[in-house]
Order: sequence, then structure tokens, then C-alpha cells
Amino acid sequence: MKASDLQSKLIEAARKEPLQDHVPYAFEKRIMARLAGLPPLNSWALWGRPLWRAALSCVAITLLCGLWSVMAPAPKSDNPDNFAQAFERAVYASSDQHLEDIW
Amino acid sequence: MEPTEAELIAAVIRGDTASFEPLIKKYQPRVFATARRYARRESEVEDIVQEVFIKAFQKLGGFRGEAPFEHWLMRLAMRTCYDFLRAHQRNRETSFTELSQPETDWLDQFVVEPDAADEHAEAARQLIGRILARLSPSARLVITLLEIEERPVKEIAQITGWSVPLVKVRAFRARAEMRKILAKITRTKYM
Repeated sequence: MKASDLQSKLIEAARKEPLQDHVPYAFEKRIMARLAGLPPLNSWALWGRPLWRAALSCVAITLLCGLWSVMAPAPKSDNPDNFAQAFERAVYASSDQHLEDIW
Repeated sequence: MEPTEAELIAAVIRGDTASFEPLIKKYQPRVFATARRYARRESEVEDIVQEVFIKAFQKLGGFRGEAPFEHWLMRLAMRTCYDFLRAHQRNRETSFTELSQPETDWLDQFVVEPDAADEHAEAARQLIGRILARLSPSARLVITLLEIEERPVKEIAQITGWSVPLVKVRAFRARAEMRKILAKITRTKYM
């Protein structure tokens, strides 16, 4: 006896089995009763939760940034130039030199 | 005039829960028939069907109407059945010691004269049910969809969310798994 023959025969038997689609009496009422206990469908609720999470994360990041700016150590006193002044001086260095040559 | 399916779905999405009842009434026979292919006990079948409709109700907002509602619902039903199989994987039958007398008789007849063994016989159906219960969840799903329901591979890929090559690979493995189980029965019984 071949297992493959038995397999084909049994699959054929399963194919010929009629669909068992009977439904218990008033089954839909049971589901409706379960649905009545669920919160109503609300598309805003779907968006609400992620938006609240995003908002809370933004507030947390803002607070952390604020705290960091307050608590961060002050720039060293032996280097009084800030970055903006140093950058400006570097950019205009060549033009300053040019003006000095003219005068 | 009765509301159409699209009108009922729109009403449910707007918050009219009662409009879901006609949809349940219309589709519950199909969902029951599907669930009975994967669960044996009637209480399990009822739980699966209930879960399918509750999920459908909760996810109805995501139904875009691109495919018919029936296809969307049946896909959901199939995935719920697969989840059920995976959740009950440990309860799968492991031995064939409890073959019934009609099943044994049918097998005996098949051994003596394969063509004479009737595939309409209740014993053959019980036996295939028993073998399917021993398969892994993916093997059972693919054998049911591909071999028993004779669905095309593309459709199975759509239903399961697997790729077409994966369906083919799983089908190949499922057939091998089934043959292994059958070989085991015949070895323990006739050798």
C-alpha cells in the first residue's frame, strides 16, 4: 500500500464532504449582545490615542530641552567670543584685509 | 426597500451597531462552514465565529470597499482560524491508538482493495479529520485551502498574506508531513 494513494483517497473523501454551514439558533443575537458591551466605533478614537502620545512626547522633549538650556554649564570666561562673532570675523577677514590695503 | 450591504457598512461605521446584525445573518453560514474545517468541537467553532464577527465589527472602519465585503470577511475568518490553530498547537493529537472500528475497517478495506474503499464513507472523513488534526497549523491551512477546497495558489497567497513561493514551499512540506503521518499509521498497523 502506498501512502500517496491513501493520501489522495482521503483528500478526495474530504472534498466530497458536504459543507457544514448550519448555524445555532439565534447565534447573531449572541454576537450582537457581545457587541453591545463594546465601546462604540469612533474614528476619532483611533487617531486620538496616537495623537495624545505624540503630544506628550513633544511636551517631554520641550521640557528636557528647556532644562538642559538652564542647567548646561556657561561658556568658559577665557574665550569671550561666541561662535557668531568668530564666524563673522572669519567671513569678513578677506574684505577687511582688502579695505586696509586700499587705505 | 432593504438597505444595501454598502449602506449597512456605512451605517455601522457611523455608529449604528444594529446595522451589523443583517451582515452577521447573511454571512454566518459561510463563516461557520470555514470554522468547522479547522475546529472539531462545536464550542470552539462558535468561539471562532464570534471572534471573526467581533474583529470584523472593530476593523470595519478599515474596510475600503476595494474588494467585496465577503472576501474581506472570509480573509479575516481564515486568519482567525489560523490563529486558533497556532494557539491550540500543543493540544494536537499525537497518537493513533484511538482509531475507531469503522476507521480501522475502512483502512483494512483500502489495504486489500484500494479502489473499493469508498471515499464517501463516514469513516474516511473521520480519518482525514484525524490526520488533519495532527498536522502543523501552516500545513493544515495549506492542505485545506489547496487540496480540499482546491483554491489557486495566488488566492491562497492573498488570503494568508504569504508570498506565492512561500505557499508552494509550505504546500510541498505539508504534503510530505501528511505522507509521513500516513506512513506511520500504516507502519504501526500493517507491519
